[in-house]
Amino acid sequence: MHMADALVAPAVAATMYTCSAVAAGYSVKKVKLVDDPKRIPVMGVMGAFVFATQMINFTIPGTGSSGHLCGGMLLSAILGPYAGFLTMIGVLLIQCLLFADGGILALGCNIWNMAFYGCFIGAMLIWRPMMRKGACRWKIIAASVIGCVVTLQLGAFSVCLETTASGVTQLPLTVFVSVMQPIHLAIGAVEGLITAAVLCFIYEARPELLWGINDGVDKKPGLSYKKTVIILVIAAAVIGGGLSLAASEYPDGLEWSIQKITGEDEIEASDGIYEAAASVQEKTALLPDYSVKTTDSQAGTSLSGIIGAAAVIALCTVFCLVFRLFRKNHE
Amino acid sequence: MSKIENAIHELHRINSMQEGAGRLKEADPLLKFLVTIIYIITVVSFDNTDAVGELAMILYPLCMFIIGELSVGLCIKRIGYIIPFVCLVGIFNPPGSMVTLILKGIFTITAAYILIITTGIEDICAALARLHMPKIIVTLVLLIYRYITVLLEEVNQTVQAYSLRAPGQKGIAFRAWGPLTGQILLRSMDRASAVYESMCLRGYRGTFIYKNTVRMRLKDIALLVAFCGIMVLLRYVHVFEIVGDFII
Repeated sequence: MHMADALVAPAVAATMYTCSAVAAGYSVKKVKLVDDPKRIPVMGVMGAFVFATQMINFTIPGTGSSGHLCGGMLLSAILGPYAGFLTMIGVLLIQCLLFADGGILALGCNIWNMAFYGCFIGAMLIWRPMMRKGACRWKIIAASVIGCVVTLQLGAFSVCLETTASGVTQLPLTVFVSVMQPIHLAIGAVEGLITAAVLCFIYEARPELLWGINDGVDKKPGLSYKKTVIILVIAAAVIGGGLSLAASEYPDGLEWSIQKITGEDEIEASDGIYEAAASVQEKTALLPDYSVKTTDSQAGTSLSGIIGAAAVIALCTVFCLVFRLFRKNHE
Repeated sequence: MSKIENAIHELHRINSMQEGAGRLKEADPLLKFLVTIIYIITVVSFDNTDAVGELAMILYPLCMFIIGELSVGLCIKRIGYIIPFVCLVGIFNPPGSMVTLILKGIFTITAAYILIITTGIEDICAALARLHMPKIIVTLVLLIYRYITVLLEEVNQTVQAYSLRAPGQKGIAFRAWGPLTGQILLRSMDRASAVYESMCLRGYRGTFIYKNTVRMRLKDIALLVAFCGIMVLLRYVHVFEIVGDFII
């Protein structure tokens, strides 16, 4: 997935360098905070390890082909996302300079596609949440495979976007994506299994080396129940009230299909039962078509969003309370 | 020769070439690094339909190969890796556009090759440090580079030992994926502790000291400005067409 210089335009390269530099700057800051002098040599040797072991061919049973380790996921599972990200930068820089694996100008793209997703998305959103309440073999296998598949898919999609944005190929984005994604799905699954095998071995032999395991076992949750509810209410109000202004005025998928077949937005009910049901709905619906009955303005839509959000939150809360009550009674 | 042995061999070859490179090796590493970046940006900035304009960029590698008396063999090998991928992306483009893409691929890889053959990784790291790249990244690159050879040899020995016990088998079998690589990883981690202790004994206090920490000389700045001028000229004036018209 290493991109060559010939495949990126200077503007795209500069953008991706900026994005990667921001992530690198943040990681440098975070790694410095740890202030462990032994950490840098460990990162260096781990980088060399990933580089060296990526050259081992692992036979995939029943296929006759072979795969290799997923560096980003392995590094972040051992060093953590920030140190893992910096180590991956080092590996990619050496691969680009010494082995022409990826270009100097495309380095920003390659860091983003391979290191950012692997280390940040893979470690923060997949590995850590799955390991928070303790690790076991199956959790490690699941986290590794899901992590590798998801991060490789994101990386492959980014390659398609960057190449298309560079105007290098006249291949439509959809066709490019339809070629790249399935290939990387298979690669991701295999890389995930290999990475899982190594991490399971480490878990059995030296579990203290794995990052993010048992992080949340003895800790209180980061946010209290009250704070979580307040944040959810604010988020719902912002999404419902603010973003509903940007909601599409075009018909949704079903409406579009109906429009294509009948030439109208909705199928008019002709039967007596349908008419009766429609009249009941008309009377009870506070917000027909997500707008306040009497107004059709933008403010009306926005107000509808806020009211809708409040209604959904209230409904969910009631549902959860009923569920809790039901469970308590059951116990 | 296995993939790992190939990599070890190539690293040693690059090292020996870096020692042998004559006049170009003496130039300021920062100057060479900046020149390479400017050249690559100019090469990729050409429109995909402008194959003739792109072809003019051959002048830089041509001059460098002649002045530096550099080996062409390894460079051709490197280009061979990347061309199929570039062709794959450019296959749906018109023929002229594909030619430009291939030229871009060849020129950018050649520029990187010229840089690494004439400048050691320590010098490139010193140049990166002078460009204010975070020390931690520069140190990491140096450490990774230093231990790549060591770990490659260790991995090679392990894989060789495995293949001797499993004759005729292609790659590492499914059951051995974890234990084999995991053992190498644990040994690497232990080695990292030993590395750190030996570094401390040799006076390491968190940062490396580079021999090339001098500022750019006036001569180097003048060379860089002249190079930028040539690049702008080659980018916006179709030198090859003008010369061709003049000849015809």
